Amino acid sequence: MNPSPKSWNFYSAGILLAGALWIAVSARLPGALAAPTLPAPQAGFLAPEFTLQTPEGETIALADLRGHPVLLNLWASWCGPCRAEMPAMQRVYEDYRDLGLVILAVNATDQDSAAAAVAFANDLGLTFPILLDLDGAVGRQYALRALPSSYFIDANGVIQEVVIGGPMAEALLRTRIENLLGQVP
Amino acid sequence: MLPILNIGPFAIPTAELLLLAGLWFGLTLAEKHAPRHGLNTDTLYNFVFVMLISGLVTGRLGYAARHLDAFLASPASLVSLNRGVLDPVAALGGGLIAGWIFGQRKSLSLLPALDALAPLLGVLLVTSALANLASGDAYGAETTLPWAIPLWGAARHPVQLYEATAAGLILGYLFPHPRMPNRLPGMDFLLLIAWSAGARLFFEAFRGDSLTTLGGLRTAQVAAWLALAAALWGITRLRRAKPEPQKILQ
Repeated sequence: MNPSPKSWNFYSAGILLAGALWIAVSARLPGALAAPTLPAPQAGFLAPEFTLQTPEGETIALADLRGHPVLLNLWASWCGPCRAEMPAMQRVYEDYRDLGLVILAVNATDQDSAAAAVAFANDLGLTFPILLDLDGAVGRQYALRALPSSYFIDANGVIQEVVIGGPMAEALLRTRIENLLGQVP
Repeated sequence: MLPILNIGPFAIPTAELLLLAGLWFGLTLAEKHAPRHGLNTDTLYNFVFVMLISGLVTGRLGYAARHLDAFLASPASLVSLNRGVLDPVAALGGGLIAGWIFGQRKSLSLLPALDALAPLLGVLLVTSALANLASGDAYGAETTLPWAIPLWGAARHPVQLYEATAAGLILGYLFPHPRMPNRLPGMDFLLLIAWSAGARLFFEAFRGDSLTTLGGLRTAQVAAWLALAAALWGITRLRRAKPEPQKILQ
């Protein structure tokens, strides 16, 4: 089919008009980004809640950290990229903790051991909380497929970005954390 | 959803793997169609790789310029493999400028060069939708339809599959085989843009993560409508500029 120029202009105008109408109609359909209500390990959703203990026995619940930007990092002592990115996380923590940043380093203890996790943290001089996921429950909640996995969670408890794999560049850490801190009311 | 492919000790991000496969398959398809547009294989590959490498470099430098303090605190981040420290606008601009300079040096005409790239773009649209399906990104709105997929705690439109299927059909319709008759210069590219923008405009309505703009309109739909309008305008211009039959005879 090879329409005449007049017909072509008519078809084009019709297509554009139909497109504009569809845009107007679909603005009424559900699905446009709204305040999240479901927990899921994905950007745009509420971060799944958990409560874990540090090796020293201190209990930390994610729900208690509302109001603070949180970097949640799942790791294991045998994981090379985890070891490679931890020093950058420590430097970033030192620079931003006074502004409210919380880093939770959840050790996948079901694939590791508490002793190895403690030795790892001491070796690298980590001062942010190390949490032990003894039975892998948090790993399952966060659909853990690879280590390290990191979740940037805003002060409202919403995941803003997920980074699977590593090591993360220090500049990436800094820019994402500054962005989260900039959103704190 | 399969964000990571665990093969032995290796954890390979499926989305990145699909995009790389798309680049390879798209280049292979573009290579087969390139002679129709007067491009040889070497020129096509060099054209694409110059744009890709330039896009990556300018994307990283653009991001670093926007976040200078972060990179001054950690200069090694300039050479990190993280995709998250790329500025997409700078990458696109850098890639296009490098492509334009390459085209000037090789005396490539713009429209045939865009036509030669069109099959590659078409394949990348298919694989990027599949990459989103693998990673669970660009997910659909909740629905009770029987073909809904369970994702992120709800039954959702498999919108990534809608988009991949549409992109595949568009690719097959526009580029059925390498010996197809030639269209007007620029037409392959503009038709791909028009059809793809139309598909995006339609299927965006079923997304569950659309960003919205003024009046609650979905931003991607407005952008797709503008791209569709520009492509239709370009096609109209090409059709008007088509040589008359008697001029061809002369």
